[in-house]
Amino acid sequence: MANVVTKPVVHEDDLLIEEYGYDDHFHEHHHGDKYQSNFITTYIFSQDHKMIAKQFLITGMFWAIIGAAMSLIFRLQLGFPEENMAWIKPLLGKWITVNDAGVGSLAPEFYYALVTMHGTILVFFVLTAGLSGTFSNLLIPLQVGARDMASPFLNMLSYWFFFLSGTIMFLSLFLNTGPFAGGWTAYPPLSALPQASSGSGAGMTLWLVSLVFFVVSVLLGGINYITTVLNLRTKGMTMWRMPLTIWAFFVTAILGLLSFPVLVSAFLLVMFDRGLGTSFFLSEIFIGGQALDHVGGSPVLYQHLFWFLGHPEVYIIILPAMGLVSEVLSVHARKPIFGYKAMVYSILAIGFLSFIVWAHHMFMSGVNPFISNFFVIFTLIIAVPSAVKVFNWIATLYGGNIRFTAASLYAIGFVSMFISGGLTGIFLGNSAIDIQLHDTYFVVAHFHIVMGVAAFFGMFAGIYHWYPKMFGRFMNETLGKIHFWGTIIGAYAVFWPMHYLGMAGVPRRYYRFDSFAAFGQFDAMNQFITIAAIVTFGFQLLFVINFFYSIWKGKKMTSRNPWGATTLEWTTPINAGHGNWPGKLPTVQRWAYDYGKDGQEFIPQIQPLGKDEKESH
Amino acid sequence: MNATVAMTDYRRNRIHPKKFALLIACASITMMFAAFTSAYVVRQAAGNWLEFRLPDLFYMNTGVILLSSLSLHSSYLAFKRGNTRLYRLLLAGALILGLAFLALQYQAWQALAAIGVELTTNPSGSFVYVISGVHAAHILGGIAVLILAALHAFVLPHRITPTRKLRFELTLIYWHFVDFLWVYLLLFFTFQS
Repeated sequence: MANVVTKPVVHEDDLLIEEYGYDDHFHEHHHGDKYQSNFITTYIFSQDHKMIAKQFLITGMFWAIIGAAMSLIFRLQLGFPEENMAWIKPLLGKWITVNDAGVGSLAPEFYYALVTMHGTILVFFVLTAGLSGTFSNLLIPLQVGARDMASPFLNMLSYWFFFLSGTIMFLSLFLNTGPFAGGWTAYPPLSALPQASSGSGAGMTLWLVSLVFFVVSVLLGGINYITTVLNLRTKGMTMWRMPLTIWAFFVTAILGLLSFPVLVSAFLLVMFDRGLGTSFFLSEIFIGGQALDHVGGSPVLYQHLFWFLGHPEVYIIILPAMGLVSEVLSVHARKPIFGYKAMVYSILAIGFLSFIVWAHHMFMSGVNPFISNFFVIFTLIIAVPSAVKVFNWIATLYGGNIRFTAASLYAIGFVSMFISGGLTGIFLGNSAIDIQLHDTYFVVAHFHIVMGVAAFFGMFAGIYHWYPKMFGRFMNETLGKIHFWGTIIGAYAVFWPMHYLGMAGVPRRYYRFDSFAAFGQFDAMNQFITIAAIVTFGFQLLFVINFFYSIWKGKKMTSRNPWGATTLEWTTPINAGHGNWPGKLPTVQRWAYDYGKDGQEFIPQIQPLGKDEKESH
Repeated sequence: MNATVAMTDYRRNRIHPKKFALLIACASITMMFAAFTSAYVVRQAAGNWLEFRLPDLFYMNTGVILLSSLSLHSSYLAFKRGNTRLYRLLLAGALILGLAFLALQYQAWQALAAIGVELTTNPSGSFVYVISGVHAAHILGGIAVLILAALHAFVLPHRITPTRKLRFELTLIYWHFVDFLWVYLLLFFTFQS
């Protein structure tokens, strides 16, 4: 364990761990060959959960930049359809067509490819792998007091399947026929008929293969997360003493494990339709007056299967963010989280409800309106646990001694975004109002705010807060705050106006609106949104620079527990080696939120209850 | 020793983490087949559905896979008792029966095609092919594990260590799982049509 920094001065936490800790004889075994003995096992095929977390994070950032850059290109098309886009031809090549007057414009089929890839990349690669992959890996073993995941090897495979999946998707961007262009939901027939559009051929094949590998990655990760939480908690870490982050990751992993296999089923059936001539999802179709061989398939069946994953998926995205925000808010408000058990029960309730609301994505797809009623009711019930959580976050902040760091600002920003986006969900969850609002920019505004921007805010809160744990240095706070204010103002500027577009009926996914006189009044608004998007993207570059600069040049961490947090990860050495704790494993004596108790600012979880002291909940 | 063995020293629950992880994986596979069979039900309700009788081979084959499971379980008991001969014999039996199941499934698909239900004829038949095909892929995974178990049985000296017992139990759980999965699927096909 050469890379464990042992400090000359004995740390108080070490004394507590030494006195009350549990000797699992971990360091008597030899791990050096498999873990961190050379460059490849340390940085590439690492089996250490902390390194795998960083791999997920940096790969996620790579995809976030690509996905966001794609949105800028199609926003340019929407905001300025007449402008010359020839300048971007060196990057996009034949997808920019230049007319005789020298004016370049984006090819419509590539516009759809960009929209599709933007959705796929952000939903799966960034907000699933980049968010829950990063923080589940980093925090589960550290916060439950485990040496590593239950199976470090499967954990490594999980990352590399994600990497493989990303590589295949990346290759599909460079196909001559372009990447898949039928929307991130890949509805048939665009996904099931290779001849349906240029992206439906090789592009769709790679898309399917990539996502199957992605599901493998999610499942390998999820199996590990669940097993680790249930089997490898240290002594004293009862379920009711777990930080809310762990609860959130745990339920997220269960959701993923139960819903992603359904997506694989749907994909397999699509593959059979594409390659072997079956008719699961393809009904009688005529192309150019010629009837295809397919008979009797049901495209709605695909939608059911897809959204059976698709809806839990949005909670797979938002629950980890909620967990991170709960923890960050509590630490930086120097107060226990308000209503800990209510928070846990709402996570569980949201997780359960997420499985019985999927058809609210299909109100206008020909689903029986009476069946819709069922889904409306359960959709609206989700507002209850969501509101409980929002109330508790605000109550946690109320009367707190809030430290406005970049992390806590993002956590507060998350609450703002979640409220704004959640309220519009109540409109969309009504099947009657959905007749007007479906497939408009109102929907785009809703889900971008509630699960796009909000999830990003949770992720940023997590990154700023746990960056010292990951890299032993701090990110620059001033840049972080500039990043926050630019992002929150920018994100509202981008997505707020879209509600008005949507209420007026402006449909999403359209390439241009100039042939619709009714939408002409929104030209200026579309331009405003595009400019706001470019500016907001600029602020994200600030974050990327701050992130990478701080890895090498950031302010060094001098104490183990810079935020004064109670949880176990801050009792490890600044640069913890494999096994996380150099000696014994800590045992847990109390819950995770003893802030401001009995006149003490905070009491770490490893500190035993005092005489006459009662446990807090 | 490697890290996972070391970590088991302080695990909280009685169930081994790897065994638990396998059970979760089985739950995940179950969801996949739940999706297939729900899709089957939904599609069937929509009409234009060809009714046909499953070839008898599918039923006979169920006996084969059940015997294989039984053989493996007996082999496990023999392993624990220290009866090397029976342990090896029954393990080989389970493997051979597993391979026979795959071969007979292939025959059953051909029998299905012979009565005019080909892959593309009608979704009712396509579902049978796809569902039993994906199940066969899971059997194939089980066969790979059984081959490994057989190699252990015949090459290594028969010692009842915790690691080998765990390995055997993992194999056993998975094999029983894919076996009963097939029984579920067959009952589903029989009573749903």
